[in-house]
Amino acid sequence: MAGLLKSEAGKGLALSAPASLYVGLLVAGPLGILVAYSFWTQTYVEIDKTLTWANYLEAATDPLVRHLVLRSIFIAGAVTAATVALAYPIAYFIAFRTNKKTLWLLLITIPFWSSYLLRVFSWKLILGFNGVMNSALLSLGVIDEPLTFLLYNEFAVVLTLAHAWAPFAILPIYVSLQKIDRSLLEAATDLGCSKLERFIRVTLPLTVPGIIAASLIIFIPTVGDYVTPSLVGGSQGKMIANLIQVQFGPANNWPLGATLSLVAMAAVGVVAILFVLLATALGRRIR
Amino acid sequence: MSTPLRRPFRFPWLFTYAIGYLIFLYLPVLLLPLFSFNDGTIVAFPMKGFTLKWYAQLGAQDTLLQAMGNSLIVGAVTAVVATALGLFAARAYVRYSFKGRELSEGLVMLPLVIPGIIVASSMLVLFISLGLRPSLTTVILGHVFLALPFAVSIMKSAFDDFDQSLEEAAFDLGESVIGTFRRVTLPIVAPGIVASLLVTFTVSFDEFVLAFFLSGNQPTLPVYIWSQIRFPAKLPNTLALGSLLLLASVVLLLTAEYFRRRSTKSAK
Repeated sequence: MAGLLKSEAGKGLALSAPASLYVGLLVAGPLGILVAYSFWTQTYVEIDKTLTWANYLEAATDPLVRHLVLRSIFIAGAVTAATVALAYPIAYFIAFRTNKKTLWLLLITIPFWSSYLLRVFSWKLILGFNGVMNSALLSLGVIDEPLTFLLYNEFAVVLTLAHAWAPFAILPIYVSLQKIDRSLLEAATDLGCSKLERFIRVTLPLTVPGIIAASLIIFIPTVGDYVTPSLVGGSQGKMIANLIQVQFGPANNWPLGATLSLVAMAAVGVVAILFVLLATALGRRIR
Repeated sequence: MSTPLRRPFRFPWLFTYAIGYLIFLYLPVLLLPLFSFNDGTIVAFPMKGFTLKWYAQLGAQDTLLQAMGNSLIVGAVTAVVATALGLFAARAYVRYSFKGRELSEGLVMLPLVIPGIIVASSMLVLFISLGLRPSLTTVILGHVFLALPFAVSIMKSAFDDFDQSLEEAAFDLGESVIGTFRRVTLPIVAPGIVASLLVTFTVSFDEFVLAFFLSGNQPTLPVYIWSQIRFPAKLPNTLALGSLLLLASVVLLLTAEYFRRRSTKSAK
């Protein structure tokens, strides 16, 4: 065998190289060109390659940009909190209260094997003024006129995304619950913990890694979500991705679009790091 | 160890919550098919009669069929390329320890956590700068990027349970490296490959944002649907098309799940 291959390490490197090169190049290349564009300017179709801070200045001073970045982070934070809070009891139920774990895990993942675009579209139909929810409540006599607070606002965006990300919260939390050594729980009970105390002081801290993983998986892509704010957000629910799309589409200002993408990414990074530090510290405190 | 702790009967709060949650999860997914059979153009209760005409009309729409063709091409090429890359990478991660393995493993998972709009906009800028006009090719390049983490993780779990002594036995019995791979390794991980092909195909088939930026004047099916959503008159047809897509995705992925389970079971 020795003659066929120079070394184990060499073979491993060679086999994994195509995949890591592909991803590496398609991360570094676009990012590099995005950084370059963010220092250029555009007039109509002409790209002026004189280096300038103009785009960053515009991003920093334009109240709309600041507003949309803050709102995106706020909405993503609300989505993360809502999704994790709604998902935790389900993960707990599957880990501790049922013997049909595989069936339940399958049941919660099946809806997410369908197109994300179509699920968001469906929420638009459910929440609309003349939509499913209003017409159902009207014909049941629960309400006299259609509810207007359902669609085209932050609430609709948070609800739709809390639905879209459900399994991404349930699965990591389930895994961390499943890993808990059951004798720890028995020990807590034997030492006089009430059920609530046992949950807060033993179960919850042990699932902090799962909660952190779930939160990051949800928070990071949500900040840059385009489909949901476009379909159900209305003008109140627009997010930074909508403005970025406008720059690359109708407004045709790629340098500003590139700058906004980078600003959004930096904002996501900072918030994510702060969150991990905070959550880890909290997880230690309650123990 | 996984049996629930015994306790006297009490109202099953968690179970009730779980059922309620399932309804929340399935509501939007079942709504599209339900109203796609409704003999009316408005999606609201009470429903009118039952009809199949919205489905029947789909076959006559040329732009739709073209978009469907585009999506099938993109999905198929994406599935093959991503699975091939994933197969080799996963094999390396499971079988060999080498410098930079963890870095490489982390890197190929990166596409999962970059916001879609940033991937889409930055790839558009890169491809245009390289002189590649938006087309199915650029969509494929983007979709392989997005699908790779799925291919790698599925293939990793297929190789995880793979008994290495089988390969060593083949070598000892005089088989070549390529022969061993073809006649021993490949058949054993074949269910994993099928699962990966199906999952990566579906990832591509359902993907919207990247295709929206990169497809130019060759729309894929989700991009076509996006263009139809704006027109209320087209709503029933969009529902019918959406229902077919939902069905296709669920069937494909259930099949993938079946193969994935087989791949991890057969190797044990």
